[in-house]
Amino acid sequence: MATQTKSQVQAAFFQTLKKAYSFYTGGFVAFVILLAIAEQMGLPRKWIGYIFLFATVGLYAGIGILSRTADIAEYYVAGRRVPAFFNGMATGADWMSAASFIGMAGTLYLTGYFGLAFVLGWTGGYCLVALFLAPYLRKFGQFTIPDFLGARYGGHIPRFVGILAAILCSFTYVVAQIYGVGLVTTRLVDVPFEVGVFLGLGGILVCSFLGGMRAVTWTQVAQYIVLIVAYMIPVIWLSVKHTGVPIPHVVYGKVLEKVTAREAELIKDPKELEVRKIFAERSAAAKEKLKDVPKAYQADKAAATNRLADLKAQNAPSEQIKAAEGAIPASVDAAKAAYARDAGLAARSGPPLRHAEAFPGKDDQARDINRKNFLALILCLMVGTAALPHILMRYYTTPSVKEARQSVTWSLFFIFLLYFTAPALAVLAKFDVYTLLVGSEFSKLPAWVAAWQKVDATLLSITDINKDGIVQLAEIVIGGDIIVLATPEIAGLPYVISGLVAAGGLAAALSTADGLLLTIANALSHDLYYKMIDPHASTQKRVTISKVLLLVVALIAAWVASQKPADILFLVSAAFSLAAAGFFPALTLGIFWKRANKWGATLGMLAGVGITFYYMAMTQPWLRRVFGVQSSIADNTWWDINPISAGIFGIPLGFVVIIVVSLLTAAPDKETQELVDHVRYPHLRGDIDTQAT
Amino acid sequence: MQLSQRHQEYWNKNLVMTTVLMVIWVFVTFVIGYYARDVFSFNFFGWPFAFWIGAQGGLAIYVVLIGVYAWYMGKLDREYDVAEGDE
Repeated sequence: MATQTKSQVQAAFFQTLKKAYSFYTGGFVAFVILLAIAEQMGLPRKWIGYIFLFATVGLYAGIGILSRTADIAEYYVAGRRVPAFFNGMATGADWMSAASFIGMAGTLYLTGYFGLAFVLGWTGGYCLVALFLAPYLRKFGQFTIPDFLGARYGGHIPRFVGILAAILCSFTYVVAQIYGVGLVTTRLVDVPFEVGVFLGLGGILVCSFLGGMRAVTWTQVAQYIVLIVAYMIPVIWLSVKHTGVPIPHVVYGKVLEKVTAREAELIKDPKELEVRKIFAERSAAAKEKLKDVPKAYQADKAAATNRLADLKAQNAPSEQIKAAEGAIPASVDAAKAAYARDAGLAARSGPPLRHAEAFPGKDDQARDINRKNFLALILCLMVGTAALPHILMRYYTTPSVKEARQSVTWSLFFIFLLYFTAPALAVLAKFDVYTLLVGSEFSKLPAWVAAWQKVDATLLSITDINKDGIVQLAEIVIGGDIIVLATPEIAGLPYVISGLVAAGGLAAALSTADGLLLTIANALSHDLYYKMIDPHASTQKRVTISKVLLLVVALIAAWVASQKPADILFLVSAAFSLAAAGFFPALTLGIFWKRANKWGATLGMLAGVGITFYYMAMTQPWLRRVFGVQSSIADNTWWDINPISAGIFGIPLGFVVIIVVSLLTAAPDKETQELVDHVRYPHLRGDIDTQAT
Repeated sequence: MQLSQRHQEYWNKNLVMTTVLMVIWVFVTFVIGYYARDVFSFNFFGWPFAFWIGAQGGLAIYVVLIGVYAWYMGKLDREYDVAEGDE
């Protein structure tokens, strides 16, 4: 065997993997079919949920245990022999989180064209990864992103700033994933949310605890297969139902035209106008009451009490009496909360959004602000994508620079499969709601409507506002997450597909959570402990410390998630702006500009993150409360940019500070300049070797 | 170590390719996005063109851009003798 070259070994390994995962995919499909048959024969729904949860998590655990390792290169970078194709799949699963899987189509449903900023931003960022980072980081070939900052800029300070930035963006992100895991688990097996979080935590840990990057890689490939199958089946079914064509991507343009025509009808439909007018009136009345709450409370209480007395005197039916009892406000505070809620109904008094219209707005100025924020958000998401350490880390695991480049192509291809399906799903679901649900009678609502109303009223609630017995669009409140979760039921598919979709959401959240946990634990164990505190630690000790830290970080993140922190979605988006401003300038200039030095990079990273965070703290409602900011939001915004896109200020500032400070201080030494040459060429004869083993 | 003229040439070609691909990237993302209401709002098989680019076309172009870069750089590596060998 000694005569075999590295590429022959790699080729044999690739064949083995291909066989194993083909077998796995076939087995998974057979498993779903068997469950579907069992369902027809009377297997209860509850059991289907349990089987899906334990079968998929058990499978990941099996892969995790088989991949256990104490070897340092296996633990940190999967032995650097993950073929481009499989690294692409693993990156796809690493990348697509619960938000992509469950939330994306819903965001597109609710925001129309604006939602495409997420689709474009979260894919186009891979162009930056491919052109500016992945091949060079692979050539550098160590274990973490702070590793590169430490080696390129010299000394502990840039590395330390890198560690802080990596933890800041990864931790907020991982909390959101564990939250997602908790939600899906709760839905699959009907346990309280806190129990779901810790059940899910078990699922996360079995994938990463024993085998680090090696185990995470091979479970992520398995998770990608589950999630893409789960996402595609209901959409294809829905497409066949509406268009007769099983490829929704090709044909939903025609459906979009129908949706647009229907929107035009609904915007001026007299019944719709009637409902919207009721909302406007209620909102106006509530705003009036809010001006003097105690007085309005007394008046309302007296009126409601009188009505109750009247009903009792007339011997009205008991449910009417009960309703009247419930209508009496309990206290001034309860009344105030109710008024505030009613005042918010103004949001429902406007006409429905035109799905295909770019940058809607009441005048040119509003449209312009809308467009500015759309483009700024795309830029922040793209640059943020190219700066998130858990993604960049994946490109350390390929066997060569060449495969690292190919691997980015495969990554984006596998991500593309899901992301170009989500807009189709949003349009198909909208068509169903606008044509089947709107205009139907309240007495004949489909069963899934009642079922989901009961599960969670924020996901779906329909009330007959104008009492005409017919559903108007304005009477429907939809939460984004339901689009993916309820599609199987909307399409009339068996329950087993609903279980499959939930398992797909679970796979998406677990895989991302694992990648993030590993990033944080490695930043602490490898960069902070080994590189900065105890450089003489044995490899055995380093792996053990990594595993312990992984467990600790996971428990802390699960505890935070179980507290249901406010504005979790904002925190995730904030992670992109912070990563973009913190890492991207320092990483790219480190490769493309030899003159960039330690002080430039350190101050540039701090300035980028600093201004991004400052802008968010001044303009985002939740952060403003946390920091007690008093001045008005309007005074604090710059060029009307939303806080989610704060990176738009941090990215250029990061670049400018690095360039100016580097030019004002001494050039990096010869060794550093040679390191830059080293990473620029896949192979130089007689060159240094920076690869860590 | 000292880099030769050939090495410099390889790097320059890499930079030119990177720039060309970035120009396409900027056009697809930001130019079409900026003019989504006017220039690029024509009907494209049912979709307004800018909507289609945002939902499908742009994504496909990104995949192609990265694929072209990987292919081109692999070729360049061999041409300039900086490809990784079979050690």
